[in-house]
Amino acid sequence: MFAVRAAKRAPWAVVGEKIIEALVYFCGFSAIVFVLGIFVFVFKEALPIFAHEQFSLTEFLTSSDWYPTSESNKRYGVFAMIVGTASVTVLAMVIAVPFGLGAAIYLSEFCGQKTRETLKIVIELLAAVPSVVWGFIGLTVMSKLIVQYTGTPVGVNVLNGGLILALMSVPIIVSISEDALKAVPDSYREAAIALGVTRWQLVWRVLLPAAKQGLLAAVLLGVGRGVGETMAVLMATGHAVHIPHGVLDSVRTLTANIAAELGEAPAGSDHYRVLFLTGVLLFTLTFAVNLIADTIVRGIRRK
Amino acid sequence: MSPATAQSRFAETPAVRRKLRQEAIAKWIFCGMAAAMVVPLVLIVGYLVVRAAPSLNLEFLLEVPKRGMTEGGIWPAFVGTLYLVFLSLAVSAPIGILAAVYLNEYAGDNWFNRVINLAVINLAGVPSIVHALFGLGAFVYAARFGYSIISASLTLAIMTLPVIIASTRESLASVPRTFREACWNVGATRWQTIRSVVLPNSISGILTGVILQVSRAAGETAPVMFTGVVFFKAVERGDLFPYYLDEQCMALSMHLYTISTQVPGVKESIPFATAVVLLGLVVIVNATAISLRVYLRSRKKW
Repeated sequence: MFAVRAAKRAPWAVVGEKIIEALVYFCGFSAIVFVLGIFVFVFKEALPIFAHEQFSLTEFLTSSDWYPTSESNKRYGVFAMIVGTASVTVLAMVIAVPFGLGAAIYLSEFCGQKTRETLKIVIELLAAVPSVVWGFIGLTVMSKLIVQYTGTPVGVNVLNGGLILALMSVPIIVSISEDALKAVPDSYREAAIALGVTRWQLVWRVLLPAAKQGLLAAVLLGVGRGVGETMAVLMATGHAVHIPHGVLDSVRTLTANIAAELGEAPAGSDHYRVLFLTGVLLFTLTFAVNLIADTIVRGIRRK
Repeated sequence: MSPATAQSRFAETPAVRRKLRQEAIAKWIFCGMAAAMVVPLVLIVGYLVVRAAPSLNLEFLLEVPKRGMTEGGIWPAFVGTLYLVFLSLAVSAPIGILAAVYLNEYAGDNWFNRVINLAVINLAGVPSIVHALFGLGAFVYAARFGYSIISASLTLAIMTLPVIIASTRESLASVPRTFREACWNVGATRWQTIRSVVLPNSISGILTGVILQVSRAAGETAPVMFTGVVFFKAVERGDLFPYYLDEQCMALSMHLYTISTQVPGVKESIPFATAVVLLGLVVIVNATAISLRVYLRSRKKW
């Protein structure tokens, strides 16, 4: 009897449901379409540069001569920008990782329920500050402080970018590390406390070793954030295309280079294509970082 | 500690005292590290607001920029941001919610769906400037939308899609499986179950995702600066519908970038006020999402 009833559903309802389910499937697949689309479109715009006999990929990656608008001697080497991105990101991680980890440990092991909820909301708000506002803070507040305390003539440099980027990537490091610490089974904690350890010993000897993979993933995601960040580093690191010799040198990052020059490069020119090639490089770099971080996080969940 | 209580506990040896001291020090160090994250935020926001104070009033919001953007207000940029946010939301909300439904309700654990998951994660990790390059190549040139609000909104929509997918998915996953089973047992089909049981029970997470998308879209600069947002556009004061969809527009984030780096001689407090308005907008939107989540969680029936 049920079967008969089911067969009697209005035909439009059956068809409508089929259509909706097809739509759901389509939207589900769309993420793949978009990611592939991003790669294909960015790569497609960059591709013709390889046909150019004067262009070589080795030079692109290893030379630090960047003269895209020179009349006689155009050179496209992004090595200085790669070093710029690396220096700012490394400095940001050196600052953000200890503080992010410390904050995550405080959140998950030391503080009470109320404090935790409040701090998590603050972290969420910290993560929501737009990157252009961070850049503005770097340009106005941070650069003045740096000039005042270090005596350097220019306040927009690696240190400024690193500090800003550290503040920007701390939220993601805290939240992923806290998840990793939470994932350590309570029985580990109970066993340690039963032996009479202090909470410091518990953190140092038990939790950190047990959660180290998750913490690694947190750091990797922070790195991904740092490499991909655009507006903040565009405004806070200055605009010098050269290899920095200290934290008080101005640099330019890969992302900032695209943002600064894309507007001036005529569509279809070599300059334009090289900027898209930089985009391919960035895409590949962040793809790899995210892939590794995700594999680690997934591995933890399976355990 | 008084002697009486000390006796009622275990005897306190020097080792125990050292342990307790260690523990207290560790606690304060970690507390300090957590504070090192909060304190700069408060100080910086406070500083911005103080510096912005001379310009912060309703007139600033409604007025258009004057004298080559060195004076006046931010109305065209504010309206432009609203345009971009709502258009991108109109595109990414339906796609994102349905994608989350697929991932949580339909997708089995096979390699294909693992690839989809990976794509979602990677979409969230793609640098914003690469999204800009994609928008330029795909929407401005290939789809021939030109530099327009449509191109910019579509770029933003794709960029913010993972925010909606992640939040919706999490809330779908938190609906107990027994709810679904009960619904299937009275003969409902898969979609009927989703429509009448799963979606209504996860509305809070969906709304949170939508709100977070709004805040993300409002703050982004790089993806829109090469796809449809310009430095300046003449607009009437207080005009609510100043732009056509195939035109370029101004946006708050881009406006802040322009007046703080490209335009000389801007009145001191104006960039600060623009930053405070943008920051305020994002914080208010986020605070709404947070309070909505807290409220709806307190009413949860399971």
